[in-house]
Amino acid sequence: MRSQLIRGHRVVEDEFAVVSLPEGADPASAPLPEGPVIVPLAVWSARREELLSREHAVGVQLSPTDVPSTLAEDLARLAVVAVHFPKFADGRGYSIAYQFRRRLGYRGELRAVGDVQRDQLYYLSRSGFDAFLIKEGHDAQAALASLHDFNATYQAAADGRLPRFRAAPPAREAAGG
Amino acid sequence: MYRYDSIDRQVVDERVAQYRDQTRRFLAGELSDDDFRPLRLQNGLYIQRQGPMLRVAIPYGMLSSTQLRRLAAIARTYDRGYGHFTTRQNMQFNHPRLEDVPQILAELAEVEMHAIQTSGNCIRNTTTDQFAGVAPDEHVDPRALAEILRQWSTLHPEFAYLPRKFKIAFNGADVDRAATLVQDIGFWAVRDARGELGLKVIVGGGLGRTPIIGSVIREFLPWQEMLTYTEAVLRVYNLHGRRDNLYKARIKILVKALGPEEFARQVEAEWQHLRGSEATIPEHELARVSAFFADPPYESLSDEDAAYEKAVADSRAFSLWAGRSVHAHKRPGYAAVTLSLKPHGLPPGDASADQMDVVVGLADRYSFGELRVTHEQNLVLADVRKRDLHALWLAAREAGLATPNRGLLTNIICCPGGDFCSLANAKSIPIATAIQEKFDDLDWLHDIGELDLNISGCMNSCGHHHIGHIGILGVDKHGSEWYQVSIGGRQGKDAALGEVIGPSFAATEVPGVIEKLVETYVEHRREGELFVDTAQRIGIAPFKAGIHGVEREIVHA
Ligand code: SF4
Repeated sequence: MRSQLIRGHRVVEDEFAVVSLPEGADPASAPLPEGPVIVPLAVWSARREELLSREHAVGVQLSPTDVPSTLAEDLARLAVVAVHFPKFADGRGYSIAYQFRRRLGYRGELRAVGDVQRDQLYYLSRSGFDAFLIKEGHDAQAALASLHDFNATYQAAADGRLPRFRAAPPAREAAGG
Repeated sequence: MYRYDSIDRQVVDERVAQYRDQTRRFLAGELSDDDFRPLRLQNGLYIQRQGPMLRVAIPYGMLSSTQLRRLAAIARTYDRGYGHFTTRQNMQFNHPRLEDVPQILAELAEVEMHAIQTSGNCIRNTTTDQFAGVAPDEHVDPRALAEILRQWSTLHPEFAYLPRKFKIAFNGADVDRAATLVQDIGFWAVRDARGELGLKVIVGGGLGRTPIIGSVIREFLPWQEMLTYTEAVLRVYNLHGRRDNLYKARIKILVKALGPEEFARQVEAEWQHLRGSEATIPEHELARVSAFFADPPYESLSDEDAAYEKAVADSRAFSLWAGRSVHAHKRPGYAAVTLSLKPHGLPPGDASADQMDVVVGLADRYSFGELRVTHEQNLVLADVRKRDLHALWLAAREAGLATPNRGLLTNIICCPGGDFCSLANAKSIPIATAIQEKFDDLDWLHDIGELDLNISGCMNSCGHHHIGHIGILGVDKHGSEWYQVSIGGRQGKDAALGEVIGPSFAATEVPGVIEKLVETYVEHRREGELFVDTAQRIGIAPFKAGIHGVEREIVHA
């Protein structure tokens, strides 16, 4: 099973080709396929004008060490911002997503890519991601259910939910123990 | 104490359902070992030497008798009839079956308990003073703030995969009983000159391989901003903490690398975006949560209780126990009482299901149905009338819960070590029990006086050996188990790290070494001086000299 994209709580066809940059490769010379592409930040920085002059949508992919504010001026021009998770236990991407949504006000597609699996979807979506490229070999259709693992939440996050103490007060129940 | 409302209940119920499905998928082979590991860890389940270990959260150490009764039932049904209280005020079950864990969690949820974030690289159980709310030296009862922080940190989406585990503790008293200087964040609840409530913020303390005393990064944080400021600290740490080396991943390493001033500057810069936001705690929330920690219906009593005084005068055994186990209380005629889980010769911190049931009865009868777990791995009944102390003692003694050693050498704080823990270099429980047997003479023990002895089975320092007056650390030398001994550490507001005295010792030598250290102290002590104060005054040289004696004896033996 190859990687499948979840967007808008559905499994959809991914129209973007991903341009990867092997270590040490020159960003200026990476071949760009026809059609919509997602490129590494280094390629974007090196070839911004060229990418913008194409008639296709373009997205940028960040690694956990990239700084979101680098893209502050470009956000309106990007169709996708992708954040790479080298391992799902590397949680930097969650704070990066927060920065895009809450600090930079980015409203477009924020996509989690890399080691992205079902059991992280709930946290990812609360942190501001709205698209998830489910890792190869994992069932994206089945994963959809995990977007709704919790209805109750305590804290504010980049998904715009309020802390419990700003929401309507719940009824106090007779305690069971 | 805090009681769940519909939101709290829904969170734990949804968590149980989620974990039930994750366990099902793991058992069906749909989730690999590696992918399942962080999920089970964040639900408290380790796989240890002997199989699974489940760690149940006891937020800031508070338990109702109903909850303890449930823990006893779980110990009987799913384990071997006992549980282990940890230095982080939690309970561990050492032998549950992996496939039973979802059901255990469901049974815990029924009594408003869970195992969420009791391990894994996330925000762990918040801890505080076991005498919170009743200590005479307390300025602020920190439990409401600790509960608000617990809720905020529970399933926080951004901070579930930190570089490493993250521990937060609160203190609100003169004496710091929560080891706040050796936490990732330590909060001191304080009042400023105008009487406003706030927090002094200490970050980057910790034990482990690189023991460090935390640094104050903010003298006074208005309490309303506790969550926004904590969020700022965690965001800086999550983005910049090291992830390349497990041993350098705690926040203390980041704080040290940047320097506390630069770390504080980055936190303040992040916080400027967050202060005064929707996460700022409103007055009504503090009021709502504080109401749960209001005083129980105390009686108006005189502070002197004739029956108690008489029992102390009449019974040496009772007076020895009372001298160690009865603690001052803010209300006249009341006391807080330690129930010892450190009987000589048994693993420190273990409690059988039957003992738990006895404590349930004692808490219901004598202490408003509540109790606390201490980071010294004992239990506390916080609100006992002095007139009931003698009856309480008789019942506790019957159940093996009245060893009069609170604060003394045999009140050993000890991690599970090599008997249970797969990270261990060496066993720790047999060392503890051997020392307890060596010092079984109560008169001698009381003459030695206050002495904290801490044992960790490896550098992860779960037994907090660095801050023991005497610390023992298991080390691995060519595949065999050895022990390094340090002296002069202490906990509290003048926390200090102990200094290692010379070479490592074999397990059989350790009790003799401790005996020599004690003899050196007795020889040099001034009237009323504690071991740790003598050690500080005379330095480690005389102690080292005493130990050389042991080595010679061993060589000659
Ligand atoms: S100190 Fe080491 S041996 Fe002891 S419980 Fe912690 S990790 Fe295990």
